[in-house]
Amino acid sequence: MSYKLQFAELLPYWNVLLYGLAFTIVLTVVSTVAGIAVGTAGAAARTFGPGWLGRVVAVYVELIRNTPFIVQLFFIFFGLPALGLKLSETTAAFLAMVINLGAYSTEIIRAGIEAVPKGHIEAGLSLAMSKWEVLRHVVLNQAFRKIYPALSSQIIIVMLGSAVVSQISAEDLTYAANFVASRNFRNFEVYLLAALAYLLLALLTRSLLRALGRVIFKAR
Amino acid sequence: MLQFSFWDILSNLLIATQWTIVLSLIAFFCGGIVGLILLFMRTSKIAALEWFTKIYIEFFQGTPLLMQLFLFFFGIALFGFEVSPWAAATLALTFWTSAFLTEIWRGCVEAIPKGQWEASSSLALSYIEQMRYVILPQASRIAVAPTVGFSVQVIKGTALASIIGFVELTKAGTMLNNATFRPFLVYSLVALIYFCLCFPLSWWAKKIEGRLNVAR
Repeated sequence: MSYKLQFAELLPYWNVLLYGLAFTIVLTVVSTVAGIAVGTAGAAARTFGPGWLGRVVAVYVELIRNTPFIVQLFFIFFGLPALGLKLSETTAAFLAMVINLGAYSTEIIRAGIEAVPKGHIEAGLSLAMSKWEVLRHVVLNQAFRKIYPALSSQIIIVMLGSAVVSQISAEDLTYAANFVASRNFRNFEVYLLAALAYLLLALLTRSLLRALGRVIFKAR
Repeated sequence: MLQFSFWDILSNLLIATQWTIVLSLIAFFCGGIVGLILLFMRTSKIAALEWFTKIYIEFFQGTPLLMQLFLFFFGIALFGFEVSPWAAATLALTFWTSAFLTEIWRGCVEAIPKGQWEASSSLALSYIEQMRYVILPQASRIAVAPTVGFSVQVIKGTALASIIGFVELTKAGTMLNNATFRPFLVYSLVALIYFCLCFPLSWWAKKIEGRLNVAR
């Protein structure tokens, strides 16, 4: 191989890449929080809601889980304006991420809720707790404790999947890498650097979530 | 000017769907073979091989598939080879699939009771023979459901090959959208076709999983 890798040529673009990295982190954090909120609502609707609502949620979950994220993104960004709903690329990216993680976390949280013994719910109700109190204090806290590892890995999968939002020119890390590559043509170098940044981010997220889990779910 | 009717759009998308299916099948089978080799290395108890597979899996599971596609597409070119999107997509998807399948199968191998290993080694079976005749036949039974489930991820993963210019379903959708300016219709159809490919597999995986639970 006669080619020499030239990482020095990336140096002038450090601020572009850093901005992209920050965008990816913010995108992940916001869509994690909002996606889990959607997932919790969806899971509660599927297990405790009326039958028709449960079926609507089931269709939403299956539609999202069985189509690629990039198609969902294109549908939201290119398809919805045809119905009169115009979104900026950043809004579309956030929305697509939330909808995607919402569907996956609905399924994960539902599994957690179904693992809560029925006797616990009945016991809560017989103590004159309202339906909401039972959901909050009896069902959800047990469910989240059980599914926390599965939810953590889903968050990392979604974070890695967010690389695709660069395709609608939302300015994430991959977009920054594409931008730099189009300027200095050091494609391999910049993508290698970006891939390592993603790897580091994934490892960091994993240990951060693990530490957070230890704090939230302290052994009582 | 050329006009596209609904049927033109649909038939063009279905032609492109063939390439999604071909790419998925190649990635899944080649990924399965590489994954099986990696599985033998991962469970071999030889430190160097285990470390290699650990790093391999960490890299392919910890970086976006899109980055891997870019790295293969631009990386192989550095060695002076002309890389078609087809070759880059096949290679990247194969390695990506193998990393996930290895981890899934490792879980299944580890679910086999330790006594099976001990019994077979006391019968003087070598490591390869233990895997071939004792462990894998049992592990493969529990591996079917998650493997079928993962095949859905492979089909969805092939959508990213569109970004490096491989013409499959998603790329065909983008091209048709550029020609017809009917994004809502085109992307709805694209999503629907993916759903028709993936949903039966998801459903089947769930069914097998349920059947396994009953058997216990």
